[in-house]
Amino acid sequence: MPMQFVKYHVRDKYLKTDRLPHIWCPGCGIGSILNAFLLGLEKANIDPDKLLVVSGIGCTGRVAGYLNMDTFHTTHGRAIPFAIGLKIARPDMHVVVFSGDGDLVTIGGNHFIHAARRNNDLLVILVNNLNYGMTGGQVGATTPHNAITTTTPYGNIEDDFNIPFLAAAAGAVYVARWTSLHVRRLAWSIAEAFHRKGFRLIEVISQCPTTFGRRNKMPNGLDMLKWFRDNTIVKHNADLRETRIELNRKIVIGKFIDIKDKPTFEEQAYGLVEKVRGVKRGE
Amino acid sequence: MSLEPGTYFFSGNEAVAEAALLAGCRFFAGYPITPTSELAERMARRLPQVGGVFIQMEDEIGSIMAIIGASWGGLKAMTATSGPGFSLMQESIGFAAMTETPIVVCNVQRAGPSTGMPTYVGQGDVMQAKWGSHGPYEIIALSPSSVQECFDMTIRAFNLSEKYRVPVILLMDERLSHLYEKVRVPSKNELIIINRKKPREKKGFLPYKADDDLVPPMPPVGEGYHFHVTGLTHDERGYPHMDPEVQESLIRRLNDKIRKHVDDIVEIDTFMMDDADIAIVAFGSVVRPSIRAIKLSRERNIRAGLIALKTIWPFPDKFFEDISSRINTFIVAEINYGQVVREVKRAIGDKAKVLLLPKMGGALHTPEELLDILMREAK
Ligand code: SF4
Repeated sequence: MPMQFVKYHVRDKYLKTDRLPHIWCPGCGIGSILNAFLLGLEKANIDPDKLLVVSGIGCTGRVAGYLNMDTFHTTHGRAIPFAIGLKIARPDMHVVVFSGDGDLVTIGGNHFIHAARRNNDLLVILVNNLNYGMTGGQVGATTPHNAITTTTPYGNIEDDFNIPFLAAAAGAVYVARWTSLHVRRLAWSIAEAFHRKGFRLIEVISQCPTTFGRRNKMPNGLDMLKWFRDNTIVKHNADLRETRIELNRKIVIGKFIDIKDKPTFEEQAYGLVEKVRGVKRGE
Repeated sequence: MSLEPGTYFFSGNEAVAEAALLAGCRFFAGYPITPTSELAERMARRLPQVGGVFIQMEDEIGSIMAIIGASWGGLKAMTATSGPGFSLMQESIGFAAMTETPIVVCNVQRAGPSTGMPTYVGQGDVMQAKWGSHGPYEIIALSPSSVQECFDMTIRAFNLSEKYRVPVILLMDERLSHLYEKVRVPSKNELIIINRKKPREKKGFLPYKADDDLVPPMPPVGEGYHFHVTGLTHDERGYPHMDPEVQESLIRRLNDKIRKHVDDIVEIDTFMMDDADIAIVAFGSVVRPSIRAIKLSRERNIRAGLIALKTIWPFPDKFFEDISSRINTFIVAEINYGQVVREVKRAIGDKAKVLLLPKMGGALHTPEELLDILMREAK
């Protein structure tokens, strides 16, 4: 069959189309997740002019650069603190952090837990491809036990972070996990999370055939998607002690935490201004 | 409210905080560290009073990234730290230089390396301030020598950072941070405040296309510019562009926007230099015993003068080139094992003798030590 190119897409308006094609590998999951994000944005009826997207470094870190809005591609691990300053400066804007697992919970893990603890008003989309893709497939704090990577050639002897558990324990007010296969549910979750406030985390397990799948008996994107199909179980409000990702066990996905009334850092910081000055902001 | 004009009694740390507020700083992110914690403490108390926000971050990397984010959000922002924290901030300083983000970093130098002597004076971060991040870039570093200068130079630091869209390092030292002195706070009309320039029109706007002064206007967020900011090498659209030619023109401009404005940026104080044939070169706290040493040497008919560097980066090459024919010997007194001396030698070449009078940290040079070397060299 001759190759066919799609000329436009209904959500092109959200993209800097002059930057396409993107850099992601064939079969990568990040494109589907980006599409779900745009769908969620649309469903939530968010004005892109009122949205700021911050990424760190890595494959997912490139997301910001393709979005047709004000976007920031920061340093490795530091998207969250950058976003904290940005949101404090502009509490009227939505601030989304869109980055990878290595960026957000390995090198940036300290910022992640503290932002959750403080309840900084950020929506964090964490794409978990289970390894360091951009640098050639090294082990990360999210690589499952026994998985093969370029720096664990005999299998990973470490345990991985259970990200939903970590986020919830640190104080995140919204915690959900989906995969790059569950694009509809993911889009709904993103739309819902846009209408919450505080530190919100959506983990999206994504296929990375190039550097993870191929060393773990899933050489094609499709193989990994089949793994997600056959080995996930939707369990809302699951016991978060059971959400670790293991190669030979069902992966629990769903919405785990949804707290609606916890004051955000920004509300409290500007509340303090009012209290100290005895006037409302803007006066 | 920021300070009313008048005379106050402040420590260096307090003076920096108050000057920052007067300059328009409305966001501070920091992590506790000796000897600059009082600065953060004052900001925590004062910022809410002026409508701003203080946040204590989990580390210095978070602190500097938060102020970079806030600066893009439109606030003037600063952080303050000392040696170990300044080391942690280096990657982000490079990011701010690359993305042309106005920020002010106050680094109160203590004796290093490593944990060193946290409560004692040092001046060992001069080279780090310039070269601490990887790659070729330029920043501005100012060095006050009195509490009044801490105040004035903080305002200047904000102005320069906004004007050139560059990180400005206020290179203080422990002695000044804890020194209490009289500070005169100028009236509103005496105060010069510079704000970053905004794009003139949205149509065809290229976020990284510079004006003639080599500084691009900085777009505000949330107004539909849809700009992209990246630490990757980027073209005028702000798009990542892995091309040696794009790198060449971007990096040249980032450096030249500072190098070509040295005359605007550099400030130097001189004392008794008119007829001098021997000079002490000092900065920060060391300026103070140096003045005393010059006075003592004059009583002994030694024609000594003082060059006090208020701007360390960009280095005042031209000033030294010009003055080198009149001076036989330069004595560079610094609390480290030789940093500024290298710059002085580089600027002067072999036109005069350049000597280092080092201190490893923990104490200032005494006037007597300085006088000794003047007497020895004046013979
Ligand atoms: S390395 Fe993996 S995550 Fe990165 S683009 Fe390729 S498939 Fe995607």
